[in-house]
Amino acid sequence: MTASLIGARIQRKEDYRFLTGTGMYTDDVALPGQTYAAFVRSPHAHAKIRRISLDEAKASAGVLAVYTGADLAAAKVGGLPCGWLITDVNGQPMKEPPYPPLAQGKVRHVGERVAVVIAESLAQAKDAAELIEVDYEVLPAVVDPAKAKGAPAIHEAAPDNTCYVWALGDKAAVDGAFAKAAHVTKLDFINNRLIPNAIEPRAANATYSRAEESYTLYVASQNPHVERLLMTAFVLGLPENKVRVVAPDVGGGFGSKIYLYPEDVVVTWAAKRLNRPVKWTAERTESFVSDAHGRDHVTTAELALDKDGKFLAMRVRTTANLGAYLSTFASCIPTILYATLLAGQYTTPLIYCEVTAVFTNTTPVDAYRGAGRPEATYVVERLVETASREMKMDPAGIRRKNFIRQFPYQTPVALCYDTGNYDATLDAAMKMADVAGFKQRKEESLRRGKLRGLGYACYIEACGIAPSNVAGSLGARAGLFEAGEIRVHPTGTVTVFTGSHSHGQGHETTFAQVVADRLGLTMESVDIVHGDTSKVLFGMGTYGSRSIAVGGTAIVKALDKIVAKGKKIAAHLLEAADTDIEYDRGVFKVAGTDKQKTFGEVAFAAYVPHNYPLDKLEPGLNENAFYDPTNFTFPAGSYVCEVEVDRDTGATQIVAFTAVDDFGKVINPMIVEGQVHGGLAQGIGQALTEGCRYDNTGQLITGSFSDYAIPRAGDVPLFKLDMRETPCTHNPLGVKGCGEAGAIGAPAAVMNAITDALGVKDLPMPATAQTVWRSMHKAA
Amino acid sequence: MSVKVSMKVNGKPVSAELEARTLLVTFIREQLRLTGTHVGCDTAQCGACTVLMNGKAIKSCSIVAMQAEGADILTIEGVAKPDGTLHPMQAAFKENHGLQCGFCTPGMVMNALDFAKSHPEPTEQEVRESLEGNLCRCTGYHNIVKSIMAGARAMGGKL
Repeated sequence: MTASLIGARIQRKEDYRFLTGTGMYTDDVALPGQTYAAFVRSPHAHAKIRRISLDEAKASAGVLAVYTGADLAAAKVGGLPCGWLITDVNGQPMKEPPYPPLAQGKVRHVGERVAVVIAESLAQAKDAAELIEVDYEVLPAVVDPAKAKGAPAIHEAAPDNTCYVWALGDKAAVDGAFAKAAHVTKLDFINNRLIPNAIEPRAANATYSRAEESYTLYVASQNPHVERLLMTAFVLGLPENKVRVVAPDVGGGFGSKIYLYPEDVVVTWAAKRLNRPVKWTAERTESFVSDAHGRDHVTTAELALDKDGKFLAMRVRTTANLGAYLSTFASCIPTILYATLLAGQYTTPLIYCEVTAVFTNTTPVDAYRGAGRPEATYVVERLVETASREMKMDPAGIRRKNFIRQFPYQTPVALCYDTGNYDATLDAAMKMADVAGFKQRKEESLRRGKLRGLGYACYIEACGIAPSNVAGSLGARAGLFEAGEIRVHPTGTVTVFTGSHSHGQGHETTFAQVVADRLGLTMESVDIVHGDTSKVLFGMGTYGSRSIAVGGTAIVKALDKIVAKGKKIAAHLLEAADTDIEYDRGVFKVAGTDKQKTFGEVAFAAYVPHNYPLDKLEPGLNENAFYDPTNFTFPAGSYVCEVEVDRDTGATQIVAFTAVDDFGKVINPMIVEGQVHGGLAQGIGQALTEGCRYDNTGQLITGSFSDYAIPRAGDVPLFKLDMRETPCTHNPLGVKGCGEAGAIGAPAAVMNAITDALGVKDLPMPATAQTVWRSMHKAA
Repeated sequence: MSVKVSMKVNGKPVSAELEARTLLVTFIREQLRLTGTHVGCDTAQCGACTVLMNGKAIKSCSIVAMQAEGADILTIEGVAKPDGTLHPMQAAFKENHGLQCGFCTPGMVMNALDFAKSHPEPTEQEVRESLEGNLCRCTGYHNIVKSIMAGARAMGGKL
């Protein structure tokens, strides 16, 4: 028997094409008769459109068409839908103003699409776009979510710029606990707006076949079936069987490629109109103003404790900026994926959270790596660390005092944790980070004129989204299962179709490991297909660290069916009863004998059914499964960050970052570590370098990589990683998901370390050298 | 205004009539259909378009094609051996999981090839400094740094 592939550090199957330049990203797709689209975007954050002059552009060389919102309205193209209905504190549905693909008389953020030019070449499309004159009546804009309520209305449907006020928890009980608390820690902070910036810009290339009356859309998407469903059913009114969506190689997503975007709709609609393929690829400047942003919360958070440091209650008030329009999943991020995580790893018995979600004249905000959970972890872990300092308690000790240790654990904020071992990850992280030696290192740093600080973050996340019925009861307008198909070929090799999508996560390797291990095959004998609605039966896609927990389980369920049928075939071949057949990694055996058939022999018999129970069993070996989880999974971990701050410049260096995660069972540790590295860098980016800024007229002043600093190689350290395995109890692989952990835990760990170094209560993110320097000089 | 440009790309002579404003990266991707060289920004910050021009790493989005007249260009498609065997630097990226979505990868590899010629035994710090002009959003650079250190050692100062 070969060694198990589960837990093996297998090099990735997908790497060769990426390393040799033979990957196929959306912009690499060139179709016969290709045309190119350029969008004219609003330079104003809030304005009425008085007039658009198109004549010059239409007459420009190579131009095939120019369209505006009026053309889409005339063709009855609908607005972009929101996938999650939030019900407010008064039982009323959230405000859902229309989100037209091209502006209808008014623009509401810089970068909103006003017109599109389609031409024979990209240069011609851009040249003509320059010739379009738009006469705007500029209106006052609001960018600060805290000021949205009294500002001029952005949408008629939301006169006070409020989408909803939503709450979770027992307010009276929480207030009561605060009244009796021995100590209350209070923090006011901003969870800074982030711009995702996958390195591949968004792109879409649509074509229409008159012969088949069907469309094909190549698009940089994390969930091609969802894209198709939203576009066909809600926007273009097309039959789904006439639309194929292909998300080929996708160069990173981090949430920003979940959503249905106006550009995707416009090129698809235009492809039929022109009967030519239409391609649009974002320039980075367009990405900055048109990809959905993340975070942007203004929060007041309080933690009530007894005199021994036991948490009694938590009270959180957040204003969440949704931007100018409701992006696909915008409404559930600061609510369902935020407030429900406020228990963290602790037994806090009472929690109340109130969220006011507002519209502003900024780019729409939606899920970005972690999506609500980084914001929740930041609230919890900054509060806990601050409380320990105020009460002169050890920050690890106060955490241990409040850890949940009995599972399953029902939190006061709706979730039920199935399993966890928070002491295990904290113990390991403290040892690995040599917390015991910190004091000495701090003194040594001081001798070099540097301030050293140490901070913790013990995060939890809810992944494996989601049980569909639970999500539905909370307002989701879609199911959240996943689909998988195992197609066994006559010679015993296998093609696997998954509704998950890989845009860097390495599914082609991890999923192949799961299948090859179960069927006793080599990695080369298993191929994974994803990202094409014409090949894959269905899929809800990749986000919320759900691929292995939900998509992987769907594959396991399909494997179960393959094995069950294989047993019947083997029983026939071996002249035994079905119930006497045992199966283990590629071998069907009659129990207690040495009579056996290999998986390959069984597969061959299924496709060449000469000696086969045709009266009882269909030939062939091909099975589908849909898996809807019964609960979320709950990855958790402990991070320890150590920083040195330069007293002269305020520059912060992360000198050590230790992450010990519990993702349950790990299929490929090499890939999982890579996911953690990437998440940590994004979390560190939020804490140290990434500061999205608008001026007060709504101009994005951090609109390029020169102004918006995603971490460079010099900004992050080599990470120290380890894992503990507490298997998930409700999926067969025991997996939890790992994609977002780093981005969830890192910001609090970094900020806890910097505030420790400086001896200040709080500091805004990003803690740039300037911010830190100002804080030091204010403190002095 | 159109101009005629001629250069060698991956050892093969190529020439074309182009609009004078055509960027080198556009020529490589659109005319030659060598789509391994990527475009990740419009401000010469991300490095996804890095190629070797006469042996030196340059950002092909920041020069027009006619500036490469007569030059010897190497793109990611020309790095592996003709039989498909990966170059030691490419192999190091695979072995060290130095890539995830793969979009920045060609630029990372091309930049690393130039760097490693003069740094056969680079330190972590030197590698990080060499990556100043290349952005990655997936890996946190951890495994890219390891890949380049390993790849440089394997190259021994020779391309």
